[in-house]
Amino acid sequence: MALLELENITKHFGAIHALTDVSLSLDPGEVMGLMGDNGAGKSTLVKIVAGNYPPTSGIMRMDGRELILRRPVDARAHGIEIVYQDLALCDNLTAAANVFLSRELEMRAGLFNVLDYGAMYRRTGQIFGELKSETRPRDLVREMSGGQRQAVAIARTRLAEARIVLMDEPTAAISVRQVAEVLHLIRQLRDQGIAIVLISHRMPDVFAVSDRIVVLRRGRKVADKAIAKSSPEEVTGLITGAIEHVL
Amino acid sequence: MTPITDEPPKRPRAEWLRWLTSSQAFWVLVAIVVACVFLSLATNSFATPNNLFNITRNFTFIAVIALGMTIVIITGGIDLSVGSVLCLCSMILAVVMHAGYGMMAGIAASLACALAIGAFNGVVIAYVGIPPFVVTLAMLSLARSLAMVASNNTVVFQFGPDQDKLLFLGGGALLFGVANPVVYTILLALLTGFVLRWTKFGRYVFAIGGNEHAATLTGVPVRPIKVAVYMVSALSAGIAGIIETGWLGAVTTNLGSGMELQVIAATVIGGANLAGGVGTAFGALVGSALIEIIRNSLGLLGINAFWQGAFIGTFILIAVTFDRIRNWRQAE
Repeated sequence: MALLELENITKHFGAIHALTDVSLSLDPGEVMGLMGDNGAGKSTLVKIVAGNYPPTSGIMRMDGRELILRRPVDARAHGIEIVYQDLALCDNLTAAANVFLSRELEMRAGLFNVLDYGAMYRRTGQIFGELKSETRPRDLVREMSGGQRQAVAIARTRLAEARIVLMDEPTAAISVRQVAEVLHLIRQLRDQGIAIVLISHRMPDVFAVSDRIVVLRRGRKVADKAIAKSSPEEVTGLITGAIEHVL
Repeated sequence: MTPITDEPPKRPRAEWLRWLTSSQAFWVLVAIVVACVFLSLATNSFATPNNLFNITRNFTFIAVIALGMTIVIITGGIDLSVGSVLCLCSMILAVVMHAGYGMMAGIAASLACALAIGAFNGVVIAYVGIPPFVVTLAMLSLARSLAMVASNNTVVFQFGPDQDKLLFLGGGALLFGVANPVVYTILLALLTGFVLRWTKFGRYVFAIGGNEHAATLTGVPVRPIKVAVYMVSALSAGIAGIIETGWLGAVTTNLGSGMELQVIAATVIGGANLAGGVGTAFGALVGSALIEIIRNSLGLLGINAFWQGAFIGTFILIAVTFDRIRNWRQAE
């Protein structure tokens, strides 16, 4: 059974039709590349799945049951985590503090509950270990490379026991070596049975890790096929409209 | 593949040294020690019990508010209303006690007023979305005006039946000749340091200052925390007002005027960053102490007191430059 299904999702903002009748399904452990030009509806789709706003019409299902999201917290409660383009990290805090932000572990000390630094460092170290990342829990995010920052953002989704991770342009604006690190992190997540939606402009990255590719153009789905049966040329054609659609 | 250990390696000693020397508060402390040694040798009036008693007491009024201000500044905010809030809270204490009520009633009324003002500031900033600079600038004007209304712009110097208690609270010395306000300040500093380092509240304060957008997305209750932060700031001004009233034995409507700038100067000198995300309780203390020592030493050295502002201004510039240099070093 599909983990997440979208059925005829439509979203209008006044007269603007951001999404029209988009249907998708996502399996556990599957990496789906979501591509499209600016304004094609990628962000709108992500925001609907993230609970930022409801669709105008259409149904979402998770494990076959209807999924109604009123706020981002609802999405998170269902195991849907988002890694934002700007990563949403606090530079002045350590990696562990960011991973545990708003989910801090506490321990009893006399009359008070105090932060349990030891436990948070240990657990964060463990997650970085699982992700095979060399990021250290005590380092300040300010002093980290782009790849390490990605690892922190991704570690946060691991802590939440996420089932679906939506990644918005994770490889934009970082160095080639760091891109390799991030793609590696994505494979690690996939191997643990997590479904990933990878939104990216970078064709090579999408082709490197995705199992399937979905292309949006002007709010409509114009392609949905196994990556092995497609090619960068075809996808470019689909994005620009040179190829009408392949479904 | 390299084996993965649960515990990251302990910081070697050299790194502790680097951490210490990269701390702005540490260098301010060094400056204070140097100044104290110099003043002890250069004058015979500095290292007297009387003068040390005065210095340690005088710095507390700024230090207590600087603790609250530090928390506000860590969130990336600012509170310009503290001087006026101090005045209003002192005046409410004075008026209530003058009317014949006990000291506890006066303190309760005074602190309740501080919390109400802080809550008002915080709600307008966090929920209405008006910048803290503007909201607290308005409150600066408003609170002082209310203090004038409450006292009809007179000086209150009679505090009813509990007058002696109040004067002891602010002017006495309970422990080994240490002025009472110093004891309160140290306790409040320890409390502030504890809250900032060991509680969720403290963690959220830093998170908001580091990246408010990220904090919101991650589920940090940003708005309630902001309201609480401005309440703490106003409360610290209220506490300082009560102590100062007890010391002065009189309240005028220009009490604490211009104090907000001295407090902000103290926190910045102590290492808090006005851009948010950085600051310590210890820094608030040493920043306040440095300002008081400058003030005190100019008098003792026979230098015209008008130079005080020049020295404080210079130290602010040094402090900010220091921060900039440290960032360069980190960027390399």
